[in-house]
This record gives sequence, C-alpha cells and structure tokens, in this order.
Amino acid sequence: MLDLKEESADRRAGSAPQGEALPLAVQGLSHAFGERQALRNVSFELGRGDRTMLLGLNGAGKTTLFSLITRLYNHRSGSIRIFGWEIKNKPSEALARLGVVFQLPTLDLDLSVAQNLFYHAALHGLPRREAAVRIRHEIERVGLTDRMREHARTLSGGQRRRVEIARALIHRPKLLLLDEPTVGLDVASRQFMLDHVRMLCREEGLAALWATHLIDEVDSEARVIVLHRGRILAEGPVPEVIRRANATSMREAFDNLTGERAE
Amino acid sequence: MKPVHYYRCLRGIVWREALRFLNQRGRFLAALVRPLVWLLIFATGFRFVLGVSIIPPYQTYIPYEEYIAPGLLGMILMFQGMQSSLSMVWDRETGSMRTLLVSPLPRWYLLVSKLVAAVIVSVLQAYVFLLIAWFWGIQPPRIGYLTVLPALILAGMMLSALGLFLSSVIRQLENFAGVMNFVIFPMFFASSALYPLWTVRQANETLYQICMVNPFTHAVELVRFALYEKFNLEAFAVVAGCAILFMVLAVLGYDPGRGLIVRRAGAE
Repeated sequence: MLDLKEESADRRAGSAPQGEALPLAVQGLSHAFGERQALRNVSFELGRGDRTMLLGLNGAGKTTLFSLITRLYNHRSGSIRIFGWEIKNKPSEALARLGVVFQLPTLDLDLSVAQNLFYHAALHGLPRREAAVRIRHEIERVGLTDRMREHARTLSGGQRRRVEIARALIHRPKLLLLDEPTVGLDVASRQFMLDHVRMLCREEGLAALWATHLIDEVDSEARVIVLHRGRILAEGPVPEVIRRANATSMREAFDNLTGERAE
Repeated sequence: MKPVHYYRCLRGIVWREALRFLNQRGRFLAALVRPLVWLLIFATGFRFVLGVSIIPPYQTYIPYEEYIAPGLLGMILMFQGMQSSLSMVWDRETGSMRTLLVSPLPRWYLLVSKLVAAVIVSVLQAYVFLLIAWFWGIQPPRIGYLTVLPALILAGMMLSALGLFLSSVIRQLENFAGVMNFVIFPMFFASSALYPLWTVRQANETLYQICMVNPFTHAVELVRFALYEKFNLEAFAVVAGCAILFMVLAVLGYDPGRGLIVRRAGAE
C-alpha cells in the first residue's frame, strides 16, 4: 500500500524522519490516569531485527504502554516514534508500519478465517488481489491453509492466535507488537508463537516487542525490558541484564531487580 | 493515503457489516420479527381503540396499522443503529473496536465508514419490512417507496450516530438491556411513532413537549411524510442537525487526545 515512491513523497513533504530511523523509539514517556501513575519516564529503543521481551507483572504498565503505542489514546508527555514518525502527529504513517496482536482475542468469530483477513487488508487499503496473495502466504506460514473457509469460531485458541499473527503481518509491517500473546495457550501453541516471531525477526528483520509476565518466555537470545510499577528497571540483551543484576538466571535477575525496590 | 485507500477501507467495513448480519440469522430474524409483531398483532388489536383523524401527510382517514408503519420503520432504524454501533464496544468477544482503530486511516473516517455500513444494513431491513407490510395492506403510493429512501438514510444516520456517541461515553450501556430501558424505550414511546401527538397533547402538555424535543419524533415524521411523497422541512432540519451533532460528539468521544476514551481506559 505504501510503496517506496509514496514513502519518499511523504518524506519530502516535511517533518520527515532523518536517516535510518529506528523501528521504535520511546522517549521520556509518562502517563497517568488521574492520581495513578501508570508509566514514569519510560525510554527505550528497538532496532531492526530486535526481538525484545517486555517483562512485567500484571499492572506493571504493559497494557498502557501498548495502548499508547497503538494510539488508542494519546500520550501527553514524551514521544513515541515508529520509524521516525511521531505517533501523535503522524498517526497514519506510524500505524501503517505497525502490526499488532492484542491481548484479548480480536477475531470476528462469526466470519470465516479468510473473511477476517480480508477485512484487515481492507482496513489498510490493500487491493483485493494483492491481499489474496499476501493472505495465502501468511496463512500458509502458520499452517492453517486448509482452515481458510471455516468460521473462526470453530478454531481452537491456539489456532485463533496463529490467525491473528498472520493477520498482523498482511500489510507487511516492520514492527510487530504482541501483548501477552500466549495467555491461555497450550504448550505447543505457545512454542509455535515464540518460534514464529523468532523466525520473523531473524529472517525478515522485523522488530518485535513482546509483552509477557512469564519469565520462561524470555530466552537468552532476546533483549529484555523489565518494567515494574511503570518504570523501566533494566534493559538490554538478556545475558547482560542477568549479569548486571548479579544473577545467574532471568528469574533471579527479575527478583533482584524488583525486590530491591519493593516496599 | 490516497482516495483509493479510503474507498477500499469503506468497502471492507460495509462488506464486513453485511456479512456479520447475514451470518447471524437469529439477528436478522429478530430484527424483522420485532416490528412485525407490532404491526400484525399490536396494531390490529388497537385498530378500534385508537382513532386517527385526518392529519398531514394523510389525506383521508387511515387505519391504525397504516399510521404506525413509519413509526415501526423508525424502530428498525433505531434498533439496528444502536446495535451495530454499540456492538463495537460490548462485543468483548471480538474486540473489533481495537482492530478498527489501528487502521492507518483517520479515526473520524473509520467511524463514518462504520456508520455508513450500519445505515446500509438498516435501510435494507426497512425495505424488507415495507415489502411484508405491503401484503398486509399497507400500500403507500409507489413513488413513496423511492422518496422514502433519503429519509430512511438520514434518520438511520442520526440514530446510528447516537449509538456511536453513546458507545464512546457510557460504559454502563454496554449491555443491550440497559440501552433498551434507558434509550430505546423512552425515545420510542415519547414520540409520534405509536400515536399522533395531538392525542398526547390532550392528555398531558408536558409529555407533548417532551415528544416534540425528542429527535426520534422528527425522524419518524420525516419518514412518514417522505413515504407519502411529502417533504417535512422541520423534521428534516432537526434530523440533519442532530445527525451532525451526534456524529461530531462521537468523533470527539473516540478522539485519542481528548478525555472520554482516556478516562474509560483509566477506569479499567
């Protein structure tokens, strides 16, 4: 939809990001709901191909952060840039480059798998023929080609998640957000999701931000951001974060980091 | 984003709304049975209780069924409009609102598309009802079937926009029973849908005034006049004005920079 020509036209039009823009750059982000401070001065970056696990307990601020990055509502302080485009000022450019798998299931259960995917393609302004090609490709990669015509309702929880990740990729985003995508999945489905995202980052250079409260999901090849009570306590490649926390495992590192500041 | 992207997006949203409607046979049937129950049973029962004198746009005495037909068209538009708008929010099962709002097209455009889709579905339903009513002896002039179209569209816009606005502000209205009690029933009964307003005025002046400020009254009158090839300027002005007002409020309600959607999120 946004081919290179259009992109360069956009960039010429002003307020264009300079040079090689990062897939995601969050700076000085704070957000409060009334008295409750959900995020405090959060800053981090995702580079091309980075697979970053956003680790935090429930209520750490993960969902608020995702809501702000997907522009459900605007942030009031700090900045969120997606490939250099500030989401608040240039939502269209930013959202076009972003794929999302939400925490809650968002497939329309009364529609077939194919209909769900075509609907998403339409929301991104893709022509039908182009959409058909991409949908076939994405659904094949998650191994559900033979379920295309079935109602989403007939799929298992794990299969629905696979459709959702296929859907998030139809418009070929270079940044993928996943908000606790494995909650409620069985072991095999969970592993599939982890492997699939790992493959996307390694082979296609996708940047992925994966929110989770499950420490087991944080493997040593990933980067990790530890979010606790709205603050980032640690950030970096997993082995480095473990070392800096004087720990031998991620679990221990998490306990050390959060325990320090627990009251 | 070019115009063609906008067009594809609108087409996709309308197509989905139509599919959803057709796939949910129960919903289709319920939407049709509701006004038919009123027409075939209620109106027949009340035929001799409520006398309808000659009032515009009618040129002769008319049976009660014929009087309430436009009111029932209004009912179809209202139920359908509220349902598709509110379903975006209360369908936690599908979370379709979130998927809609991450589209790169402007948010106001997504909401207007959603509205257009809802109106198309409800206008189709209104015509199915008119067809059945024709066999029941409610036979307005042929041209009326054509002139009623713009009235149905405008009234449908207003009612769907109202639903959209409500969905953006009021959490408690997320189940349909609440909407029925606090929005649909009061609007429906305090209007000219079931009885001419002069009868209401004779009984209670205050209620009459309430009926007169109820936008649904004007939606029904707009449809009633149009069905008989007449144009009611007052009704048109009120309905058009309210449609725009509700739409603006809905867009503000979903604006990521303003209070409403943010406050909702904070409450969760």
